Amino acid sequence: MSIIIRNLSFSYGSLNALQDINLALQEGCFNALLGPNGAGKSTLFALLSRLYALQSGEITIAGHSIAHHPAQVMRKLGVVFQQSTLDLDLSVAQNLYYHAALHGMSKRQALPRITEELARFDLSQRLHDKVRTLNGGHRRRVEIARALLHQPEILLLDEPSVGLDPATRESLNLHIRQLCTQQHLTVLWATHLIEEVHNDDPVTILFKGRILASDTADQLCQQHQSADISTLFRSLTGTST
Amino acid sequence: MTLRDALICFNGLLQRELLRFVQQRSRFFSALVRPLLWLVVFASGFRAALGIAIIAPYETYITYEVYIVPGLCAMIILFNGMQSSLSMVYDREMGSMRVLLVSPMPRPFLLLSKLLATSLISLLQVYGFLVIAWFWGVEAPLWGYLTALPAFLLVAMMLSAIGLFISAKIKQLENFAGVMNFVIFPMFFLSSALYPLWKMREASEWLYWICAWNPFSHGVELIRFALYQQVNSTALSIVIIVTLVASIVAVRGFQPQQGMGKR
Repeated sequence: MSIIIRNLSFSYGSLNALQDINLALQEGCFNALLGPNGAGKSTLFALLSRLYALQSGEITIAGHSIAHHPAQVMRKLGVVFQQSTLDLDLSVAQNLYYHAALHGMSKRQALPRITEELARFDLSQRLHDKVRTLNGGHRRRVEIARALLHQPEILLLDEPSVGLDPATRESLNLHIRQLCTQQHLTVLWATHLIEEVHNDDPVTILFKGRILASDTADQLCQQHQSADISTLFRSLTGTST
Repeated sequence: MTLRDALICFNGLLQRELLRFVQQRSRFFSALVRPLLWLVVFASGFRAALGIAIIAPYETYITYEVYIVPGLCAMIILFNGMQSSLSMVYDREMGSMRVLLVSPMPRPFLLLSKLLATSLISLLQVYGFLVIAWFWGVEAPLWGYLTALPAFLLVAMMLSAIGLFISAKIKQLENFAGVMNFVIFPMFFLSSALYPLWKMREASEWLYWICAWNPFSHGVELIRFALYQQVNSTALSIVIIVTLVASIVAVRGFQPQQGMGKR
């Protein structure tokens, strides 16, 4: 398994953001983390990407404990945060070189990887453009290309489609799925938009800091005798998406 | 982490800070306005009121402008150091701290590299100010500009580390106005930046002792002596010790979740 989470809890003072989370992601798959706003998705991402320190429980990523072998973990992990972390005043190349350097890649090593990833996202022509001149969809693609530069095994995306139009959202989603198939990349895609989840995707439903259900969307619907994942989500959480 | 990885990583950090500095030229010039106002307006007004006796490292009587230039250099470093440290804790730099923190390099190395990179950039502002001061008639010995460089850098590291520690520990100081009122101004005014400490002692014994204990005073004196190609060993020792202690405490106490809000 690529990510294994055991007995994970996290609180902000007296507010419990995550309670006793146990989860194992399926390797080489598009794993969906479904939950309404405030469910604890971003807190979970912050813990997985070491932005927050563990309070209780443990996380193992690609066979390494996040608490004991952080460097090995971070080499295997690519992260796309919900809010953009690109420097708008720098060019696409400058942003990507910065990330590469933080992973110990020289410019000479980084250039072929940058060329490859930007070509994959059809952004080769924008290499020297300032990020500020890119539209929202292109910025997201640059962020994903950046997260893939150091060739991670696992890619975490925290609500990557927020703020994008439906067509861009769909093409981004499709693209990430292709990465899973072609490169055997394990993806954890957090979202509150149910249409982004396919029937055969492993899905985890997070609500108020707890996991309510975890299996493939098909299996969950069968187990709960729901017509579709959207109905199931509504009945479990009492919310609409 | 290999030495090669560390050098590539630091180089990347430094280049990014440099690029941001070049992008934000207007910030560079506006940061020069503050010390220049002190030099041109405040010092001119005070020159008549304040007589400076011959004190080390000066070999003769000096004008007030000459006296306050090292303090104003330290002031530039102080403002920059506090501002960049605050932005590290409160993630004001467009999420760049998140990008930094997901690097596989050890976190203390990343934080100290970031402090060093921003310290090196603030030296560009200090030298920009010294060039203008030179045209204004405040000249240090030519080699002094070079011997002062390590002093500037050390003081910049000390102040950035203190800034990181304060930003991480004191929650109430989450905006720059708070830091200015409760850290920068007391540090600056209760130091030897604007007046020699013996003058302060004439006014108040306890104020003198506060100034004498203020690490910023020692930073100013280290710079003052270095500009005249001399080493103030007391100041040097204190600045080194404070830099080490503040760096260790700041890095150990750094918690990125503090500035990232609750979700």
